[in-house]
Amino acid sequence: MAELKFIGGYPEYMRKLIDVVNKTRQQRKDYTPKAMTMQERDEVLKVHPDYAPGGKRVISIGPNKGDTAPNEVADLLEAYPLIEGNEVDVTKPDYSVDLLIIGGGLAGTTAAVWAVDKGVAKDTILLVNKLRHGDANSIMAEGGTQAADRENDSPARHFLDALGGGHFTNKPDVLRALVEDAPLIMDWLCDLGAMIDREDDGGFVEKAGGGTSRRRMHACKDYTGLEELRVIKDEFRNLEIPYLEYYPVIEFLTDGNRVTGAVLYNLETGDYKIVQAEATILATGGFGRLHVRGFPTTNHYGATCDGVVLAYRVGAKLRDTDTVQYHPTGAAYPQQIIGLLLTEKLRSMGAQPVNKNGEAFVFPLEPRDVEAASFIRECYVNEKGVITPTGMRGIWLDTPMIELKNGEGTIEKSFPGMFRMFNRFDLDIRKDPVLVFPTLHYQNGGVETDPWGKTNIDGLWVAGEVSGGVHGKNRLMGNSTLDCLVFGRRSGISVAEYLKSNPKHGKLTLDHLKSYTQMLKDAGVNTTRKAPILLPDYRGKAILARMIDVF
Amino acid sequence: MPEKKSDIMDKIADANKSVVTGIDEKDIEHWITISILGRKYQVPAGLTIMQAMEFAGYRFIRSCGCRAGFCGACATVYRLEGDYRLRTAMACQTRVEDGMYLTQIPFTPAEKAKYDITKLTPGIEALLHNYPEILRCLGCNACTKACPQDIDVMEYIAAGKRGDVEKMAEISFDCIQCGLCAIRCPAELAQYNYAQLARRLYGRYGTPKPEHLKNRVKEIGQDKFKDDFDKLLSGNEDELRKMYTSRDIEKA
Ligand SMILES: Cc1cc2nc3c(=O)[nH]c(=O)nc-3n(C[C@H](O)[C@H](O)[C@H](O)COP(=O)(O)OP(=O)(O)OC[C@H]3O[C@@H](n4cnc5c(N)ncnc54)[C@H](O)[C@@H]3O)c2cc1C
Ligand code: SF4
Ligand code: SF4
Ligand code: FES
Repeated sequence: MAELKFIGGYPEYMRKLIDVVNKTRQQRKDYTPKAMTMQERDEVLKVHPDYAPGGKRVISIGPNKGDTAPNEVADLLEAYPLIEGNEVDVTKPDYSVDLLIIGGGLAGTTAAVWAVDKGVAKDTILLVNKLRHGDANSIMAEGGTQAADRENDSPARHFLDALGGGHFTNKPDVLRALVEDAPLIMDWLCDLGAMIDREDDGGFVEKAGGGTSRRRMHACKDYTGLEELRVIKDEFRNLEIPYLEYYPVIEFLTDGNRVTGAVLYNLETGDYKIVQAEATILATGGFGRLHVRGFPTTNHYGATCDGVVLAYRVGAKLRDTDTVQYHPTGAAYPQQIIGLLLTEKLRSMGAQPVNKNGEAFVFPLEPRDVEAASFIRECYVNEKGVITPTGMRGIWLDTPMIELKNGEGTIEKSFPGMFRMFNRFDLDIRKDPVLVFPTLHYQNGGVETDPWGKTNIDGLWVAGEVSGGVHGKNRLMGNSTLDCLVFGRRSGISVAEYLKSNPKHGKLTLDHLKSYTQMLKDAGVNTTRKAPILLPDYRGKAILARMIDVF
Repeated sequence: MPEKKSDIMDKIADANKSVVTGIDEKDIEHWITISILGRKYQVPAGLTIMQAMEFAGYRFIRSCGCRAGFCGACATVYRLEGDYRLRTAMACQTRVEDGMYLTQIPFTPAEKAKYDITKLTPGIEALLHNYPEILRCLGCNACTKACPQDIDVMEYIAAGKRGDVEKMAEISFDCIQCGLCAIRCPAELAQYNYAQLARRLYGRYGTPKPEHLKNRVKEIGQDKFKDDFDKLLSGNEDELRKMYTSRDIEKA
């Protein structure tokens, strides 16, 4: 193949296609395609990865036996533990604490800070992280956090928006907690000193998001999660709450009924540690790195579904395992950043999805599943996508429209992160549109909880993306960081309350593994698969073919 | 039950396989040579440093977090053959170049002060009390040159020395706390920790809480939305659907 000639970061043939988009921009400026009717939505959803044939199966064991889940998730539920039990001595705890928190994203870190606020002594808490504290999906949230705090808005309206977005499958009492606590969370973030975008008059800048009927998205430029998490983490450090890094949990311990602790694995040295805990908050985030249906992902390196696997083994109930959220606008070009997120806020501020003929073909702020499906249809059914040099297809997101509508300089001011990311690869999103395709973004379902994060298993609370119910089968933008903050806080408070009753440490056993393994065998699950997988593996194929195990 | 298939999904999976399952060298046409920790490797052109290291056989434990330029875990220093300059980059956000030789800095030792944000006043005292060493800055600009976020680090330190918390907060806002500035600083500062304090001071004291937020918090305290919720929580799905589709939508 001849060397591709690049102009402004794009090969020549893509450059020509960009000219087509440039030509139609002015006439698209005052035109927005109509939002779809419910029937039209149903029709386009047929090519959404959740609804297209294949890709899922029925879970064969455990509390959710009979429910469906993506194959990649079912594979992990139907997998054998990393340890059998006899190789570790679980009877001598290395750490004996009141509260164990697993995962230090927004949910886990918030839980710790609120537990201390409600009287749990800091030295009786331990937060464990698989990677560094803060290497998490939370730090990547760009677009914003929803909270109904403007006069023309209300928590009830927020409730209705989320319910409709979730196809009326959300768990109502949990959803109510989410929306009613939202303004309190904003208040708390202000107290901590988070820098939330402000209007000239001091009010919050609030934008619309897909499926919201009022402008209620609070952002910190396009570094919302970074700002929220680094502020809360700073508070966590000031409180001197103990934490460990590179120490994932690989199994819970139970006394037969109740979660009483966990087994940690040192990723670097390979040894294990035993934690005994009276209460445990599971906040391990999502599963993007499972690459469901072969999709790229926006998620961080450690998003491998560990929490769901661990909780399921001790009998925790899951919910809504059958749906996955694909974000419509993942980067499709250049190769180096495929799958990474282009925030929905770009569309909130005017960026239009456009096909290769330069036509706006879809209302830009449909719910995420509908928007994503319409991109897939445009590329693979209508054949109006753009094909990249590596064979990916995508449609244009016309970012220069943002400047046309809001004035020059808007992109650098409101999207410094996006601008910088593309700039590093010689692309200028102020001048050229960017190529996008849906990317695996969010684990909609997860472990079922009550409005205080409690699960059906004693001693086990759950908060954040690992939980299920609050968003039903589809989450709206800005409700997930909120979910982490609200239920991180609530689970921290709830555990503090629980600890006041002076619960005793329970026995530490791995007995639940025996019964789980037996269930797998009885169901005829014949496999060498093990879970949790902890980290994905992207090593080159040629190298893997030559690996030998020497020591 | 035999699994039904979807051609579209198969095509999509095929188009994405290099980012999902690792790179197959059969698909690669252009190669370059880089050296990782002093050892040379042939890697496909056009990958990020992170992807190239994985291609070469490294499976990350440290130095890899978000993979998207937000977490600062993948701080990397490198030189290019024949060039005296020592450069810095985020491995997940930087394309490999022929002749690059590199190492990573997975951890930066840096002192962080412990403070109670509610007991501080924004300004020079708060900064000097917690981080008196900030005055040691020599104005050499090494930090700014090292910053992968293109932040004018020296400028925010200068603002800090003047007690200008607002400026320090604003200039440093995009900081991902990677530590590269601190590693390069001849005055041994941990700039990013000072900036964190400045931003919290500015966020808490420089931008008062909006009235509309205070009002809403009060209303929630008074359980003002109870009736609305009672209605929503007792409604059947048909009613809720009607309410949803007929709700008015504010102009974006
Ligand atoms: C690119 C991107 C952009 C987003 N933008 C937005 C947005 O604009 N608005 C919004 O509301 N939401 C957004 N989201 C979603 C939201 O950020 C996440 O859903 C949310 O932050 C998840 O927080 P969490 O605390 O539950 O999990 P995480 O933040 O992922 O934290 C979980 C932590 O647990 C650790 N962990 C995992 N397994 C183990 C184990 N076995 N042992 C110990 N630790 C473990 C992980 O390493 C991680 O550090 C975005 C997500 C992504 C990926
Ligand atoms: S200011 Fe320092 S810590 Fe922050 S991004 Fe720049 S180099 Fe990294
Ligand atoms: S590197 Fe250190 S001494 Fe030099 S300008 Fe930056 S802060 Fe000052
Ligand atoms: S891995 Fe997070 S910035 Fe590179």
